[in-house]
Amino acid sequence: MSEMATNEPARRREQGSAGVFRAALKRDLLLAFRGKSDLVNPLIFFLMVATLFPLGVSPEPGILAQLAPGLVWVAALLATLLSMDSLFRADFEDGTLEQALLSPQPLILIVLARVLAHWIMTGLPLTLMAPLLGLMLFLPAEGMGGLMLSLLLGTPTLSLVGAIGAALTVGLRKGGVLISLLVLPLYIPVLIFGSAAVQAAVTGLPLAGYLALLGAMLALGVVLAPLAIGAALRISVSG
Amino acid sequence: MAKNKTDKNWMPRWFYQLASPRWCYDITGKLLPAFSLLALVLLLGGTVWALLFAPADYQQGNSFRIIYIHVPSAILAQSCYMMMALAGAIGLIWKMKVADMVAKACAPLGASLALLALATGAIWGKPTWGSWWVWDARLTSMLILLFLYLGVMALHSAIENDTTAAQSTAVLALVGLVNIPIIKYSVEWWNTLHQPATFTLTEKPAMPVEMWLPLLVMVVGFYCFFAVSLMLRLRHEILRRERRSSWVQALVESR
Amino acid sequence: MKFESMADFIGMGGHGLYVWLAYGIALAIVVLNVVQPLRQKRQFLNQQARRLRREKGLS
Repeated sequence: MSEMATNEPARRREQGSAGVFRAALKRDLLLAFRGKSDLVNPLIFFLMVATLFPLGVSPEPGILAQLAPGLVWVAALLATLLSMDSLFRADFEDGTLEQALLSPQPLILIVLARVLAHWIMTGLPLTLMAPLLGLMLFLPAEGMGGLMLSLLLGTPTLSLVGAIGAALTVGLRKGGVLISLLVLPLYIPVLIFGSAAVQAAVTGLPLAGYLALLGAMLALGVVLAPLAIGAALRISVSG
Repeated sequence: MAKNKTDKNWMPRWFYQLASPRWCYDITGKLLPAFSLLALVLLLGGTVWALLFAPADYQQGNSFRIIYIHVPSAILAQSCYMMMALAGAIGLIWKMKVADMVAKACAPLGASLALLALATGAIWGKPTWGSWWVWDARLTSMLILLFLYLGVMALHSAIENDTTAAQSTAVLALVGLVNIPIIKYSVEWWNTLHQPATFTLTEKPAMPVEMWLPLLVMVVGFYCFFAVSLMLRLRHEILRRERRSSWVQALVESR
Repeated sequence: MKFESMADFIGMGGHGLYVWLAYGIALAIVVLNVVQPLRQKRQFLNQQARRLRREKGLS
């Protein structure tokens, strides 16, 4: 994967881990951009889920404003989950995944690049779209900053943990609901502190503690998740 | 399998014997009667003690007696998960079939114990707090533990190949194990309704002797029951996986 | 004994439903986790015996 045939003029090959990471990231982002409809789907789902609550519960500002921090977070969580199934599936089916596992490049870098690409295409747009949902659900203006910060720190963790589920189920024909079953319990800590951060922002309390905890979970995820993802990929491909 | 004298000869002999499904089947056959008797005596005795002789709580009255089921099942549900993850790790690292089988046997057992803990916790809650369900830290954590168990069972049944299923669920169990402290802390922070734990084996219990002694009996009894059920499941799994081997066929014929 | 009479024992000071429900579920789960593996094993052995007989009959 460090040698890609592209239309760029030949230049000095970048050596080392940074080069591998950058090459994998470039490839993943390129592929993601080519499947444009897949990018928009999670965002539409995000919007739809947020619409379900006023319809199902109550459109009153008083009630929705109370629920808004948790609702936006749950919607973001579900939208991320929805997009996880296809993370490795295409590569698994055409054999690219097997090649990546056989290559001498460290699997951890390839995996991290894939998850980062996924977050850039899913988690980041969700974070940017979140204020719109906050508006629709009557989230007070003071909460918007906390909403975006908590999602910014939380959604990468969701991508990392979701990728573990995706890697475990990539070899199975029916991935869909199974991934949700495996991954949702693991999402709960992120949800708890993410929505708590928004809640704190709304009531004017300091956010720092919650953001620090979200950051710590992200750090743990960045270090440990790629190991689990790599192991799961090897098992799924060989099984 | 040629024995390599230079590597790993600090491991006791029984560790390598454990790798043989047949040896495990034989030894569990010998251990079962003893453990079954022990479980029966302890559970029966403990139950009689809990229902008839232990004092009722000053505030909660006789519903307090539910603690003698709730606490042991909660302790066991958590121990079982650790055992499942440990067995999975051993199977993953040393490629031991028996470890895989132990992990597989732990999952439904642990799930039913978690369910028991949840049910008794909820039932206990009705006379104590007035409703059949409360979202307090301990019950919510136990519910999430049940979800983790169900996830492992779902993944196991979705994969056809026995080895792949064992390896995948081992990874999942280990990921879950790392997450359990994080989940516990998050849920506890999220809700501080439930009373703090009143029973551990190492710390001085907050309960008087007449209350924690029968509890101890029930905990040990539950551990024995756990061993019995685990061994029964393990034996069935061994027979199923080794059905093509000659010793299993001889066993089938001798019936 | 902490109870005066059998009626007292069943009633559990008004909490009878809860206590007996809890202990009943516990009994059910304990019995289930012992009976189910035993039955599975018996079914498996019968199944294998039948298969063996079939294969012997064919050869």
